Parts: sequence; structure tokens; C-alpha cells
Amino acid sequence: MLTISNLHVSVGEKEILKGLSLTVKPGEIHAIMGPNGSGKSTLAYALMGNPTYEIRNTNFETIVKLDTVDLLKLSPDGRARAGLFLAFQQPVGIPGVSVRKFLRAVGKNRNSKQSKQSAQAGKQIANRKESAKSDVLSDALAINKRLDELAEELSIRPDLLSRDLNDNFSGGEKKKIETLQMMFLSPQYAIIDEVDTGLDVDALRIVARGISTLAKQGTGFIIITHYQRILKHVKPDRVHVMKDGNIAMSGTAALATKIEEKGYSHVSTRF
Amino acid sequence: MSQLVSDNYTYGFHEPEKYVFKSRRGLNRAIVEEISHMKSEPSWMREYRLNAYDFFLKRPMPLWGADLSGISFDDIFYYIRPTDKKAPTWDDLPPEIKRTYDRIGVPEAEKQMLIGGVSAQYESEVVYKSIVSSLSKKGVIFLDMDSALREHPDIVKQYFGTVIPSNDNKFASLNSAVWSGGSFIYVPQGVHVDLPLQAYFRINAANMGQFERTLIIADEGSFVHYVEGCTAPIYTTDSLHSAVVEIIVKKGARVRYTTVQNWSTNVYNLVTKRMRVDEEGIGEWVDGNLGSKVTMKYPSCYLMGRGAHGEVLSIAYAGDGQHQDAGGKIIHVAPDTTSTIKSKSISKGHGRTSYRGLIHILPQAVRSKTKVVCDALLLDRYSRTDTYPTMRIQNKQVSVEHEATVSKIGEDQLFYMMSRGLREEEAAGMIVGGFIEPVVKELPLEYAVEMNRLIELQMEGSVG
Repeated sequence: MLTISNLHVSVGEKEILKGLSLTVKPGEIHAIMGPNGSGKSTLAYALMGNPTYEIRNTNFETIVKLDTVDLLKLSPDGRARAGLFLAFQQPVGIPGVSVRKFLRAVGKNRNSKQSKQSAQAGKQIANRKESAKSDVLSDALAINKRLDELAEELSIRPDLLSRDLNDNFSGGEKKKIETLQMMFLSPQYAIIDEVDTGLDVDALRIVARGISTLAKQGTGFIIITHYQRILKHVKPDRVHVMKDGNIAMSGTAALATKIEEKGYSHVSTRF
Repeated sequence: MSQLVSDNYTYGFHEPEKYVFKSRRGLNRAIVEEISHMKSEPSWMREYRLNAYDFFLKRPMPLWGADLSGISFDDIFYYIRPTDKKAPTWDDLPPEIKRTYDRIGVPEAEKQMLIGGVSAQYESEVVYKSIVSSLSKKGVIFLDMDSALREHPDIVKQYFGTVIPSNDNKFASLNSAVWSGGSFIYVPQGVHVDLPLQAYFRINAANMGQFERTLIIADEGSFVHYVEGCTAPIYTTDSLHSAVVEIIVKKGARVRYTTVQNWSTNVYNLVTKRMRVDEEGIGEWVDGNLGSKVTMKYPSCYLMGRGAHGEVLSIAYAGDGQHQDAGGKIIHVAPDTTSTIKSKSISKGHGRTSYRGLIHILPQAVRSKTKVVCDALLLDRYSRTDTYPTMRIQNKQVSVEHEATVSKIGEDQLFYMMSRGLREEEAAGMIVGGFIEPVVKELPLEYAVEMNRLIELQMEGSVG
């Protein structure tokens, strides 16, 4: 379970999140909606541990936990290894590093962590060390194969995997590669930040298919959306509407439909 | 690298008997004469050396580049009789060098070579011999410079010092006076040498000596790729490395010269490298500078014949206390000549990189084209980079492009990569690797792999 309780976040002097609480269970899809400036993206970055977003202590205890793991004590890479994932609204370009090369490094990292966990008996670790060299190669081959499978599944042209990560990618290409990375890592909980902005219908379907597949396998989702187009393709279990740094109201998928039809101010006088 | 020289002596180079040379610090005419005498050189070379020594005394220290005030000419051994040299042992090496060797997994045999040179039984000796014998069937000469002077005096005399005259600059003069070792390559007309020739194979020669001298002649329509240096750090107690590399690319020929330099950080590395490129010829420098305290090196191409092409690819890395003042020079002398300079530099800690380049297009070099791209990456707020591009364009029928960028490792890039589970230093290493990738991919594979590993090593503990 992903537990967020009494989360206060500020950037510089400005407090943006004001005591937000939210609980996501495995396989659940939560949509977070709300007008611009309500703090949706701040929630995404703060959960992933971006150092620009400062967690503020208050009189009440702040909790951000993935099952029993205290995420607030971990750096972004630690949170990722604990099973958290963030699909970026504007993924940054990494010139000279191909998608494949990047994900080989990411995958190698993850494999070595898993082997450490599974091989708690010292003997297994020793064996692992001996065969480390061949593992590197077989890992790389297995990762490449997995990436090819995912690319096919997501209708991504294979040559995109050989290009520099997010560098000169179109908006759609970026979102597809974010989805591919998410599928590749198969996280326990994923935050999807404004994935539907500037995306064509085909790409949107592909992203939605990725989300549905993982949700069936037990990944819990926080889908942040301003335009809510994604919600036509992915049915949320819960919909939350943010206002002024907090969740102002929550409901079922019907709430999203209502907002789309009538606007935020019509669903509640609080907007 | 000391004992590398000694193996020359097992190949029939005998010093005069009963002559005792006392190695001593500092330089004077007598020492220059003694060096020439020790090597039983022809009198023209002795005169050449003495003449160069006079220039060395007259020429001023360059004041325009890196700070060279730490060089003390009187404290340097200019020539040490090879048999007097004491090979350093593993225990003599500074801990950081040992650590790097261990970390990059240098095999034991290679370690021995790196620290002191080894005798002829080393495996690569066999490899080298078989390569040389197959090359000599095609008429290719590949020798250390001292042997070339003895075995092919006419051809050496014809070309030696024709590209870089002995009064070119203070350090070229110094090299001309006291040079030892280096490589000599002659490729006959129309011959393509398919494998890169590597100084690495020639561990019996003093390729990585202090004052090595290299001369390459590619006759018409021929091709050769020469690789010198080593990605593993070279430990030396010699504080000055001052080499001269002269290359002659004749009509329609192509020469690529790749260097990877990783001297220990006590070394002043002041090298003069120049190619003369004739009609339709191609001259390429690939230059990687990782080590040394100070490097000043601007490989240059003189495009002398119509349609000649010159290229410089340069990577420089400056860590704490290092200054890499590097770049390239292209002189367009003939019409329709083209050139590219691509420079990538990385500075970390208090390290400093400078790009220093010259493009000179002469009045008669009409329809010439040139493109200069220099990108600098700063790893933290202490590091520094400067760009000193000089363009002298003396006719109007030319195309000149110049791009320069300075970037910092972005917080957003680090956060993005870490959000996938990479540690901060892994992420920074990948960003740097990606930055230099366009140049690294031009390196021979084994050097490219090593270069990436070294950069990753340098990144550890560099951020956060």
C-alpha cells in the first residue's frame, strides 16, 4: 500500500502542498484532477524525491510509505528501487545515451538488487560473483530482448530504442518511451504526470494499454491529469480533485465525467 | 616507462664500449653532444641537435597558454642511459595509480609493462613481430625512431624536421635537441595498412619516453592509422613530456593519428603535432587528454594541396589541479580545402579546460570550408572552461562555421535518471559518457571501452 499522510511541500518560501493525504492500494487507479496551480505536479515530484521540493515538518506526523518502507528517508534512486515510478510530463533529453543503453544500465542495476535480495544466503552471493561476467552479457541480451518485446507490444518503432533518450523526440515519442520504461520496470506504484497533454489518440491508447496491463498485474496508479482525456481510456477507481494544495473532493469515475461536462466550479462551490 | 628503451639494445644497438655516460640533471651543449654520441648518430643529426639547442636557449617561454612557471629545466634528466634506468616496482607507485590499475582490471602482464617495461618474452612482442613482417613485405617501414635513423638514414634525413622546424617553438626546439625514441613509419605508394599500427605493440621501443620523436610519411594514395598512448594512467617521475610528431600526407593519401594520453598528474605535457597534407589528401587527428598536470597541445594540419581535408577531434578531461589547454589548428593554404575541428572538454573540481584553436584561410585558398564545434561540460561550480578561437580568414569565397556551447550537468537530468534507480554518480557518468560519445566512437574499440570506464571511475564521488 502507498500511504501519504499530512504531506506539506514547499518550493523556496512558498508552501504548495498543505497537508495532503492519500492511500493507494495495489492494482488501484487513482486519478488526480484539478485546475492549473493546484499542486498536482508538485505531488508527483515530491513523492519521487526531487530535492527542489522540500518536505515541511508540522506538528502532525508526515508519512510517505510504500508498504513498510519510509520513502522520505530515501533519495530518488532509492525510491525507484523500492518500487516507485514517475512518468514525466516533460522528460529531459540525455544526448549521447541511447534508450537501450540507458535501460541496460537501469536493468542491470535492478537485477543486481534483486539478486541481492533473493540471495540472502551468502553462498548464493558467492556463486553469483563467480558467474558475474557471463551474467553481464546474458543480462544485456535479456534486457535487449525484453525491450524489443515491449516496443512491439506498444507499437514503438524499434529504431526509436537506438536513438538518444528523449533527445529530439516528439511529444508522442517521449510519452511512449516513458510508458515503455514503466512496463520495463514494472513498478509497485506509478505516478503518471499529465501524460495526455499534447498526445494524439493512437499514442494515448498505447499509454492507456500499458497502464491497464500493469494495473491488472497489481501496480497501483496515481494518474495526474488536467485534461482528463486519458480517463476515457483508463477507468479510475477513485477520482480526486485538488485545489490550493490539498484534495478538495473525492469520488468515483462519475466525478470525472461530471467535471468534464460542467467544469470544476459546477461540481462544487469550493472551486 | 624507463626500461622500454633498454630493449633496443637487445636488437643490435650497441653503445660504444668503455664509454661511460653519467646521467645528470640540466642541459648544456656537452650533454646534447653526448646524447648524439651515445647513439652513434650521423654528424648531420648531431649538428641538427646542437642547432636546435641554440634555438631552445633563445626562444622565450610561451606566455599565452597554461601556467608553465612550475617547470624547472635544470632539474630534469634529458637523457638517461637506458641501462641506468631503474624500473619502478609495483610498490613504488602512488596509491591512486595502483587503485586505478586495480579498478580498471589491468592484467598483471600489462601492469608490468605500464610500470617498467618488460623483456622480449611478452606476448605482444610476438604479435608485433608478425605484424611488422607482414607489413615489410608490402614495403612498409615501422621502426622506433632511433633504429630508423640507423637503418634508413636517407629517408629520415629527407623528411626529419621538414614539417616542424627545430626553431618552431621552445619545446619543439628542446625535443629536436634531446629527442629519443618515438616511431617512424613509411607507407609506400598505394599501400593500405588495414590494422591500426599501435605503439602498444612496440613495447621494446621508447614510445612513451619523455622526448619522443615521431615521423610518419604516407606516400601517394596510401593509408595508415597510427595509435599511440594508453588509457591506463602512465606513472612517471619525469615531470616534463615534450614530444614532436611530424606527418607527411602525400597526394590522395590518408593518415589518422589517434592519441590517448593519461600521464600522471605531475607531468607537464607540451607536445607539437603537425601534418602536411597534399592534394586530395586527408589528415585526421583524434586526441584524448585525460592525465597530466598541464597539457598544451594543438594538433595542426597544413592543407597544402587542392582539395586536401584536415580534421581534429579532441577530448579533454581536467580534474582537480589539472589544466588541459588543447584544441587544434588548420591552415588552409590551397583552394577547395576543407576542415573540421570538434572539441569536447569536461572539467571537474578545480580542473580547468581551455579550447584554443586557429583557423587560417590564406588569400589563395578560395572555396575553402571549415567548421569548428567546441562543447564544454562543467561538472560543478568550481570547474572552469575557456574558449580561445582565432579565425584568420583572408578571402571571401569561403564557408566558415563556428559553434561553441558550455553546459552543466543538469539537476533535471540527474533527477530523471535517478528516478529510474540509477545512483547519482552512475547518472552523472552516463551524462558525461553521452557528452563525449561523438568523439569516443571515433576511437578504436578497445580504447573507447577503456575511455568510458575511466570516465566512469572519475565520476565516482564527484557529485552530491
